[in-house]
Amino acid sequence: MGLQAILNAHSREADAPTSLVVTFPTDQPLHMDAGGVLAPLTVAYQTYGTLDAARSNAILVCHALTGDQHLANIHPVTGKPGWWSAMVGPGKPIDTDRFFVICSNVVGGCLGTTGPASLNPATGRAYGLDLPMVTIRDMVRAQAMLVDHLGIDQLFCVAGGSMGGMQVLQWAALFPTRVFAAMPIATAARHSSQNIAFHEVGRQAIMADPEWRRGRYLDEGSRPEKGLSVARMAAHITYLSDQALHAKFGRKLQDRVAPTFSFDADFQIESYLRYQGRSFVERFDANSYLYMTRAMDYFDLAADYGGSLASAFKDSRTRFCVASFTSDWLFPTTASRALVHALNAGGASVSFVEIETDKGHDAFLLDLPELIATSRGFIDAAARARGLA
Amino acid sequence: MGAGTALNELPGTPRGNARQDLLLVADLVDHNSRVLDLGCGDGALLRLLADTRGVDARGLELSQRGVNDCVAKGLSVIQGDADTDLADYPDDAFDYVILSQTLQATRNPRTVLEQMLRIGRRAIVSFPNFAHWTIRLEIALRGRMPVNETMPFAWYETPNIHFCTISDFLLLVGRIDAKLERAIVLDRVGAPMRNGTPAWVWNIWGEQAVFMLRR
Repeated sequence: MGLQAILNAHSREADAPTSLVVTFPTDQPLHMDAGGVLAPLTVAYQTYGTLDAARSNAILVCHALTGDQHLANIHPVTGKPGWWSAMVGPGKPIDTDRFFVICSNVVGGCLGTTGPASLNPATGRAYGLDLPMVTIRDMVRAQAMLVDHLGIDQLFCVAGGSMGGMQVLQWAALFPTRVFAAMPIATAARHSSQNIAFHEVGRQAIMADPEWRRGRYLDEGSRPEKGLSVARMAAHITYLSDQALHAKFGRKLQDRVAPTFSFDADFQIESYLRYQGRSFVERFDANSYLYMTRAMDYFDLAADYGGSLASAFKDSRTRFCVASFTSDWLFPTTASRALVHALNAGGASVSFVEIETDKGHDAFLLDLPELIATSRGFIDAAARARGLA
Repeated sequence: MGAGTALNELPGTPRGNARQDLLLVADLVDHNSRVLDLGCGDGALLRLLADTRGVDARGLELSQRGVNDCVAKGLSVIQGDADTDLADYPDDAFDYVILSQTLQATRNPRTVLEQMLRIGRRAIVSFPNFAHWTIRLEIALRGRMPVNETMPFAWYETPNIHFCTISDFLLLVGRIDAKLERAIVLDRVGAPMRNGTPAWVWNIWGEQAVFMLRR
């Protein structure tokens, strides 16, 4: 895709998304944690399945850093299947024949919900860095506005992995009575120092690109493709495991029989990462990447509850299913275990599985039999308890 | 806990039929109470309690495979170790904390028992009696560590590192100031021995014991 085509596809999705959209007027502002308000606020979302008469079968799925609302349909920009097609669909654990599934683009995103690439009504230009800093809690509050708008009081389940898992935890802490069941997967109740460090590398790559133009690249018809691409390359490494990289690429050379003794992409892994970086810039806005990584960095649920994570879930009636993956070093099992301890200490109902896989952090997106079986068992049991059998 | 799982996973151990001690344990539990089962294995007792007594049943299991099986069946189970993880639970979190056929596999049976009585109003413990006459005979006459239906492992591969006798257990109950509320001791054919039987008789003729304790 050429630059102009990318810009066009982007501005289309940022301001006129291929999605359902609700715009909350200025008298219903979103109050941001960092101060200030977003008004009007637009939320772009997808739904699947049918809401039952009692409005009791809704499942909200929260997307990860580079995800979006296109969870189980063909993506309008990439033409690829939705990011959680393994988990969501007819007969899948999140069964669209039984449940009403909602997924919205987060605040700060770039697929139609108000974010840095959206038009700022005050200036007639893209928000850029004029958008207030976004937190995970802001994302969740905006989702709650959408859920209210859909006339749903209690969500049967809130599910998501990684940054989506953070939103799940924030939902359960902020709106305990509105979440019957929660599935935080491959996530943590706070972002670790190592994770903040990786994000900072990505942000610096973007901001070091002269085309970033202090965040005003959209006004100037430009894009920091190189910087965003490098950010994605670095991040992508953290989503995979050493074993998986070794098994898939090893030291194999790319379309050549001998090293060229140059800085070409001699190794398959280099070629793969460059491809990942290139294809990412086609569908993602660099400023959105800055905002969303920052939201994750600031996430520390215990800090909002006097330093005690257990207090965040005190007297919670929500049923939790926490899952982690053995080879995930970005959101390791220790983080999930700390969460489980806190949930136990708060007296919450919690299941916890660690799933053996070499697929690293990205395992939560994949069709892993154990993840599917765990999710199905948990959701089915919760549905019975909720009288949704 | 490992031992619970190991017992459940033995070839030839019936999985479909609840083990007799599970039925006995389940019988001690009030309807609609809150229960934590330590070493819940494949979740047989949790299922039994949830299905027959409307219990809010939670489990802790050491083996990841056991946990994943349980969660896939819709049971509320977490991966963890009774020796280390009970400290995370608040006081009085449960009506009953159950340790079924697992006491002998814990590293610190005393601490585990104390924690059980802290987080639960009642503790239910079942274990094989190491002073049963068949075991005494095995050691006295053959001079060998017993390997039988209730203790199926050779000494060099058993997860059961803290076997005790009924008398030993009752001594520990006294030492931690717990009260024995119910005692069910089964003889060799699995029949409950009469109430009021002296403890020394239990200790010879009882093959399995199920005790309910309170603080």
